[in-house]
This record gives sequence, C-alpha cells and structure tokens, in this order.
Amino acid sequence: MKILVPVKRVVDYNVKVRVKADGTGVDIANVKMSMNPFDEIAIEEAVRLKEAGIATEVVAVSAGLANCQETLRTAMALGADRSILIETDAELQPLAVAKLLKAVCVKEQPQVVLCGKQAIDDDANQTGQMLAALMNWPQATFASKVMVAGGKATVTREIDGGLETIEIGLPAVVTTDLRLNEPRYATLPNIMKAKKKPLETLTPAALGVDVAPRLKALKMAEPPKRAGGVLVKDVAELIAKLKNEAKVI
Amino acid sequence: MSEYRAPIRDMQFVLKELAGLDEVVQLPGCEEASADVVDAVLEEAAKFAEGVLSPLNMGGDQEGALFKDGQVTMPRGFKEAYRQFAESGWTALGCEPEWGGQGLPKLLAAPVSEMWKSANHAFSLCPLLTSGAIEALVLSGTDTLKQTFLEKMVSGEWTGTMNITEPGAGSDLAAIRTRAEPQADNTYKVFGQKIFITYGEHDLAENIIHLVLARTPTAPEGIKGISLFIVPKFMVNDDGSPGARNDAWCVSIEHKLGIHASPTAVMAFGDKGGATGYLVGEENRGIEYMFIMMNAARFGVGMEGVAVCERAYQRARDYARDRVQGTDIGVRGGAKVPIIAHPDVRRMLMSMRAQAEASRALAYVVAGAHDKALHHPDTELRKQNQAFADLMIPVVKGWSTEIGIKVASTGIQVHGGMGYMEETGASQHLRDARISTIYEGTTGIQANDLIGRKMARDGGATLRSVIGMMRALDADLARQGNEHLSAIRTRFQAAVDELARAGEWLVANYAKDVRAASAGAVPFLTLFGIVAGGWQMTRAALVAQAKIDGGDSDPFYPAKVITARFFADHLLSQAEGLASTVIEGATGVMVLAEEQF
Repeated sequence: MKILVPVKRVVDYNVKVRVKADGTGVDIANVKMSMNPFDEIAIEEAVRLKEAGIATEVVAVSAGLANCQETLRTAMALGADRSILIETDAELQPLAVAKLLKAVCVKEQPQVVLCGKQAIDDDANQTGQMLAALMNWPQATFASKVMVAGGKATVTREIDGGLETIEIGLPAVVTTDLRLNEPRYATLPNIMKAKKKPLETLTPAALGVDVAPRLKALKMAEPPKRAGGVLVKDVAELIAKLKNEAKVI
Repeated sequence: MSEYRAPIRDMQFVLKELAGLDEVVQLPGCEEASADVVDAVLEEAAKFAEGVLSPLNMGGDQEGALFKDGQVTMPRGFKEAYRQFAESGWTALGCEPEWGGQGLPKLLAAPVSEMWKSANHAFSLCPLLTSGAIEALVLSGTDTLKQTFLEKMVSGEWTGTMNITEPGAGSDLAAIRTRAEPQADNTYKVFGQKIFITYGEHDLAENIIHLVLARTPTAPEGIKGISLFIVPKFMVNDDGSPGARNDAWCVSIEHKLGIHASPTAVMAFGDKGGATGYLVGEENRGIEYMFIMMNAARFGVGMEGVAVCERAYQRARDYARDRVQGTDIGVRGGAKVPIIAHPDVRRMLMSMRAQAEASRALAYVVAGAHDKALHHPDTELRKQNQAFADLMIPVVKGWSTEIGIKVASTGIQVHGGMGYMEETGASQHLRDARISTIYEGTTGIQANDLIGRKMARDGGATLRSVIGMMRALDADLARQGNEHLSAIRTRFQAAVDELARAGEWLVANYAKDVRAASAGAVPFLTLFGIVAGGWQMTRAALVAQAKIDGGDSDPFYPAKVITARFFADHLLSQAEGLASTVIEGATGVMVLAEEQF
C-alpha cells in the first residue's frame, strides 16, 4: 500500500509574523521556515503505518519554490521513501494545490493520502477536502486515530462535541489533527540518508494543471492592538459598559 | 521563562562566511557534509536541544544526581533523554565511519555541540567524555581493544570516562600514584583512587569504559612513567555483552557549585583484589596519548564558554523585554518601559551578545582549521593549520570560558534582584559555567601552554603569522567608507599592535625570565582572546557590509556591523591596558615574600 503525504513549507511556528508595510501579504524574507506541523504529524503517521507493515511506500509531495526541497528532505529524514516537488513560483491557493495533488494521485495511485488538516500560515483547511472531492474519494478529516485494514480505514475524528469514529473505503483522503501522534526527532543517520533518497521535480505545466489563483486578496492587516483596560467604580458601571459599549449583554 | 533557541542564523553565517565551510566540505573525507546536509543537521540538532535537553536543565540542577550504595541515579528525564540522544545517532556524529560513526567534520560538530551545551551543560558532559575516550582508543588502541569497545561507545550504548586526577595529583600529573600490575594473560590489575571523574557512575548506559592513567611497577618516576589503561565497569563477554562486574567502584559523588546533574565520582580501583585493565598503546606513553586528545577536550570545554554566553544572553534579553520598570531615561512622567530601553541594560546585553558572537566565530574558525590540519591534501597547509589550531586552542579554552563566567554574571545583573533568585534560571548559568575555567586545565595552565609551548618554543613564528593574517585585513578595511567600519578599523589596528607588542615581549623574555613572563600569561591570554575575537568580528563586519552594499535587506547584516562596532569600542579598546599589564605587571606580582601574604 502506497501513502502519499503532501507537505507544505511554512513560516516556523516560533516566528512572530509581520504584515508587509504595503499590506500585500506577510513578510517572509529572512524568516525561518519549516514543515507545517500538521504535515509533520501526517508524515509520522505514514511512517508508523510503514513500520507496522501496513504501508509499503511513503511518498512526500510539495508544491512551491525550489527551496521546498529542504522540507521534502526533512520528510525523507523522518522516514518518507522518496519525494516529488512540483516547482512553481506562482501563488498557490488551496484549489490549485488540490488539483496538483489530484494529478500526482492519478500518476502515483496511492491508497491513502495523509495530509495535515490545515497549514499554520493561512489556516485554510481546504486542500484535503477539495482533493477528496476532485478524486471522488471518501474523506476523514481531523483524525486523532487511524487504523488501516482490509481495504478500509477506521478513523477517529475530533469533532466539536467529542470524538466520532467512521469507517471509509480506500483509496481515501485522511487529514490529521494535533493529537494523532507526536512526531519523532530525525536521527542523524536518516538525515544523511535523506540526501540520497530520490527527489523528482515536476511542474504544474507538465501535470497539465492551471494553478492561476481564483481568489484575490485585497489587503492584509495586523489585528487591531488591544486597548488598555479601565477600572470601573461599581457593578452598575460594569453592566452599563457591557450593555452599551461592548454590546455583549 | 526564557526558552533556548539555537542561534542557527549566526551559526550558518560563521560556518559559511568566516570558518570556510565550503572549503572544508571539499576536503577528502569531509564530502558528506554538503551545504544541505549541514543545514538539515543544524535544524534537527536544534529541535533536539530545544525540545528534549533544554527542558531538563533546571530540573536536573534542582534534583541533581543521587548516590546510594555505590549506584548513581540520574535526575528525572535524563535516562530517557540519553536513550533518545544515542538512538538518534548524535553520539556518532564526528566518529570514524569504520566504527559506526558519521565521520562529519569538526566544523559541523562544533555548532552541534554548542547546542547541547547551551541547552544542558550537565548532560553534554557525558557525550563529551565519551568522545574523548573514543578518540584515545582510535588513535592508540590495539585492534582487539577497538573491536571490543569502539562500536558500542560510538553508538552511545556504552559511555566513557577519563580517570586522571587523584587527591595528590591535580594539575601536576607527574604525582600520579595509581598502580597497574602486569598479569600473565597480558592484562593488568589496577589499584588506586581517582577523583573528580565526570560521569564515573550513572544509570544512563549498560556499561562504562574508564580510561585510567596509572604506573606500572617498573615505570620511571615522573611524567614519563605513566601509562594509559582501559578499565571497563563490566567485563565484556565473547559475544560483546557486558559480563562480570569489574573491581572499579564509585564510592561517592561530589557536592558541587554547579552542573548538579553531572555525577562527579570518586572511583576506587582494586579494593577487591584488583581491577582488570588493558594497556592502551605502549607502557609509559600515557601522557603522550592524553595530550593527543587533550586538544579536542580543551576545545570542547572552550565551546562551553561560547554556549553559556549564548544561553545567558538569550535569557537576559527575554527578561529585559518583559520586565517593565521606570520611564525612558530623561523622560519625566512618561509611560513605563521595559528595561531593554535603558542604556545600561542595553550595554550589558550588547556586551553579552558581542562576546557570544565573537567567541563563537573564533571557535568555529579554529574547528575549521583543525579539519584542514587533518584532511588537507597539501602537507604544508596541513602543517600551517595544525600550528594555527595548536596556538589558538588554549585561547579558545581559556578566553571563552573566562568570558562565559563574566557573561553569565552580567546576565544575573540584567535580571536585578530576580537574577539572584534560583527560579529565573540565570544563576544556574553562572554556577554551571564556573567549572569550565578549571577542568581540562585551568586558565593559568592554558596561558602557560600558550606562551611557553605554543609561542616561545617556535620563537613566536606562529604568533607572527596570525598577526600577519590580522593585519592583512587592513587593505579591505581601508577601502570602506562606512563610519562603523572606519571606527572598527582604528580600534582593531591599535589592538593588533598591542598584541604584537606584548607577544614579542613575551617571546623575547620567556627564556630570560620565565617567572616574569608567567606572571603576565593570563593577562596575555585575555588580550589574545579579545584581539582574536575582534579579528573575527571585524571579518564578520566586512562580510556583512559587503552584503548590505550589494543590496541584501536581511536585518542580520546591519546588526552584525553594529555588534562588531560595539566589540571594537568596548572590548578591543582594552588591549592597550592588558598589553601594559603583561609587560610591566610582573614586579607587582612577584616582589612580596611568601610570608607577606
């Protein structure tokens, strides 16, 4: 069984992001980048399935600039067998990524696509779902437990009220939530081996995918700064403020 | 609470722009360390240091290693962390591929070890000592010894120690009394007591391989009668598994100022009939073998100085950003500001940062030279690099560890009263750093090694060639129009002149009056450290300015120029005073009679 794991290169979770002065986006020049943490969880789950003898191959795939290679090398250091980079300098929105992944799925024929539920940069939470729709495959999102057996996946999902367990037929798309597992640290020998694992580079054109953005971001702005608090005289004033100023009661 | 973040950006800058990474990775035997591998190794080591080792640092200090009935229990979390550390292959980074190592260059090992030390000094000592023992075995052990011990030590399954010091033999190794009696089967029975044995006993690994200095019955007196032995805690079965308990026992561990999680053992050998030992190399050549690995060990301890500068700086910076106290100076009734706004706090933070960056740059440059000394195809270049590394290692060890103490102390000062409280973690850095100027040769020993063995012995030739390299920067500096670079140039030129003045005086007077020369040895080492650190900061400023001039907008570069400027005005400016102390200070040191003290 082959597992495909899409990974995204994002601003590292420790970095405090800043909006560019002209409001066109977030400043990512000279900022530390790393693998989207949810994707790291997806890689870990795929590697565990391989170690358990359920999966036979783990393929990592990323789309974006050439330096996404670093992210793919990290995925391979964590245990992915090989990887595919769809190299482009175009702005990639979730639908475009889903279409690119569809093309890779058609080519690679994975049984499971394991992806992070969302990327921590735009928090879109769309790509996995769109890919499932494009492939007409079942999907299980926000997984906190995954069991694969007999051509089926039993997935425990984190939903608002608690947990829900569903069974889906394969091939399928599963997106990972935070509590699915705790990713391992890459070992030094695996970091060295990752360098020698195959990394194939494709382009959107070669895959026949139009990645042109369908949405236009008008403006990016920092959230308003919190104003300082005020001391109120008594409960009556507090209630008046909650009613008239905050308008919450 | 301040969390450790490995300074990967500065590490990469130093590796690539100052320490010659591109050149090192082309050396035969270093090709594995291509640029992408280096970046990946730094990233993953940083994750491990930040995520596993750093969180154990304070608990390890508070709990400490515990001794009971001959056994040492490590603080909570250490056993699991060590298992993960070894399984991740970090113990094997610099070791020979023949024994399961990755064979990566020392230039890459330096930043990685800096991370372990910044994150958890006490933990980092276990792999440091093990790698020293591995190096001794690789260089001098017989094939049988190598086959019995090396693989498991490289993999971290077994750890190593260095048993040198005895109650009557500290800095003076000639006084060693531990005995080794030859047996019919070519082994030896070792008897004696060793003290201050770092990780001499612990529960992290299934076996501990002690390297022990001892005398054979026929050995001549003094330093030339000492041999080196391997004494395992458990004998090794034919299948390689640990067997019977050897007669090597931990009888207690020390109560120390710092590095509480690092068990410092008193070891008794031969109380129950003799500890079985195996001779390493030939009899009576133990000190020679020790000295081969001494450079590596001293460099490793020097990195502790760099590491504590960085860690103390990060903690003080984080506190200074958060702690609100007073208004901006000169502003009455204004808003309260974080203390990082106050000029004196900024001065302290800049001095911490500048010394962290300068000592890092110097140490990595020396690590790069060490790689070239080992691997360069050109014999002459190998020799030059070896001479450079030999000269600079006492400076890296002595200077970095001394400033480590000062910087950790400044870190407490930034915290004010809270810095004196254990809960902020600032004082642990000072307590932990305090040992680094002592073990592996005190600062005084380093300074004597520097002026005697490394300078006077070759008549100052290597020193002059280093000063020549420093002066060679002037052509480039003279072309700079920037005000910071001009200020740096003036300070740096003057400081190099002072280094030459004091260095030439020492070379000329060492043979004539060794007591006067020795009285100035430590001030000279300080001077050398400052000028060599300033040399690297000046090189860094030139690279950074070229990037800025080339249109690079990375804020790292202007910050580097300013940090170099600070170093020039606040540290290089001390050179003249130090040089005068070296040359004129001996009278004040030596004239009083002993009974007048």
